[in-house]
Amino acid sequence: MNLMNEPSTQYNKRYRKMNFIEMLYLPAIAKGLVNTLRHLLRIKKFTVEYPEKKLVYADRFRGEHRLKKDEKGRIKCVACYMCATACPAKCITIVASKTPTEYGEDRDKYPKEFTINELRCIFCGYCVEACPCDAIEMTQRHPQVYGTREEFIYNREKLLNN
Amino acid sequence: MLLGIIILIVKCMVVAVAMVSTVPMSLLAERRLSAFIQDRLGPNRVGPFGLLQPVADVIKFFFKEEFVPDKANKIIYIIAPLIAFVPGVITFAVIPWGNVSWGNSFATGETTGFLIGSTGSLAVADVGIGILFVIAISSLNAYGLAYGGWSSNNKYSLLGGLRSSAQIISFEIAMGLVLISILMSTGSVDLNKIVIDQKDVFWGFIPNWLCFRQPLAFLLFIITAFAETNRLPFDMPEAEPELVGGYHTEYSSMKFAMFFMGEYIAMATMSAVITTLFLGGWYFPGMEALFPAETTSPIVIGIISSFIFSAKTAFILFFFIWVRWTLPRVRWDQLMKTGWSILIPLALLNIVLTAIIKSI
Repeated sequence: MNLMNEPSTQYNKRYRKMNFIEMLYLPAIAKGLVNTLRHLLRIKKFTVEYPEKKLVYADRFRGEHRLKKDEKGRIKCVACYMCATACPAKCITIVASKTPTEYGEDRDKYPKEFTINELRCIFCGYCVEACPCDAIEMTQRHPQVYGTREEFIYNREKLLNN
Repeated sequence: MLLGIIILIVKCMVVAVAMVSTVPMSLLAERRLSAFIQDRLGPNRVGPFGLLQPVADVIKFFFKEEFVPDKANKIIYIIAPLIAFVPGVITFAVIPWGNVSWGNSFATGETTGFLIGSTGSLAVADVGIGILFVIAISSLNAYGLAYGGWSSNNKYSLLGGLRSSAQIISFEIAMGLVLISILMSTGSVDLNKIVIDQKDVFWGFIPNWLCFRQPLAFLLFIITAFAETNRLPFDMPEAEPELVGGYHTEYSSMKFAMFFMGEYIAMATMSAVITTLFLGGWYFPGMEALFPAETTSPIVIGIISSFIFSAKTAFILFFFIWVRWTLPRVRWDQLMKTGWSILIPLALLNIVLTAIIKSI
């Protein structure tokens, strides 16, 4: 069968031959021009002018991390290293220490240092899932922009106030 | 004599400044209109409403690295952007962008002979062979693109350059044939006389413009104008998905900006030619009755007529941009087929029709 000259019957059913007016393409072009003109004159645009206006993210959005405090104002983290172990990017560094005296008798360990390198972080949220004490969570804010790499390494205080 | 030379220089300055300032304006218009068509906002941060965006673009061009490929043909590589830039500007010299007496005979003294032609034309050079000059010079544009493509020593540039020369030459034929029917209709190659021929109205309300008297010629000329200026339905020489950047792939910094400006100036000149040939140039029905040449100062008439001309040219420029963001690029073989087997026969048919109508 000569496919070039005799297209299958199914092909013919789906694509009828164009008539003369359609072969000029001019009505179609005019239609297209009217369509673009309608969009041109449309007042409502989809652009969100970012620094002034911001989109509201979904509740499950994974932004920068935050360390939580308990009801007595103590850091909730017990320095169990679960989050650092779960982290696929290895961006969490914890230095554990014995709790200071003001933390009371019911706590043994706390993180003396807790740093997250936000440049390495892939925002997967595994640290939040791994945490047995619900001490770390992810905020709605996406990472900020800084001038140097050092500023992206968040220490414990920054994460507590985040 | 001296006054005449000074006036000529002033006229050149006016045209040159107008031409060069068309580029940033159409650049901004292109970016913002394309954004509006796509329901975006476009650049609106630099200056009020983004009006200073072209300035920022130019500053960026100046600070880009000036790069010449290692095996490029240096001399041709450097002069190619100039060749692409100059024809558009030269062509504008013969365009009558205004008139001081609505085309009525105007007394030209010895001193004003340089300023104003016998019919009050404000073109820089009021040559009698306007159309031929336009055709001859505007096709030089192809050299710039072909040289740029060939001298870069890059296969995509070469393909772009070849495409541009093939495309411009093919569409030049159709354009020339369309112009023949214009000449038959108006009986003159003088651009100013062609505009004067388009004065008045017919059937009481339709302007006597050639786009209404010669609709087929108008359509064909618009299509060939798009191909000649490499605008989007026919922008084969720089088809990004196929040729990286086409003939200017290897160009950077101000050399690229020259190509860019050349493209936009060619577009502006083409709009001016379309305005002159088909949209009645500096004339608008009723304006002559409103400001009769006998009582109004020639300067006032000159300003009004050049505003009319600019408005029409701006509309055609808008149309160029509008079409660019509406239609997709045609394929290379479709382009050639359109040029050779559709436009040229139609242009010939139009000549025959014009001859028949003229002889009745």
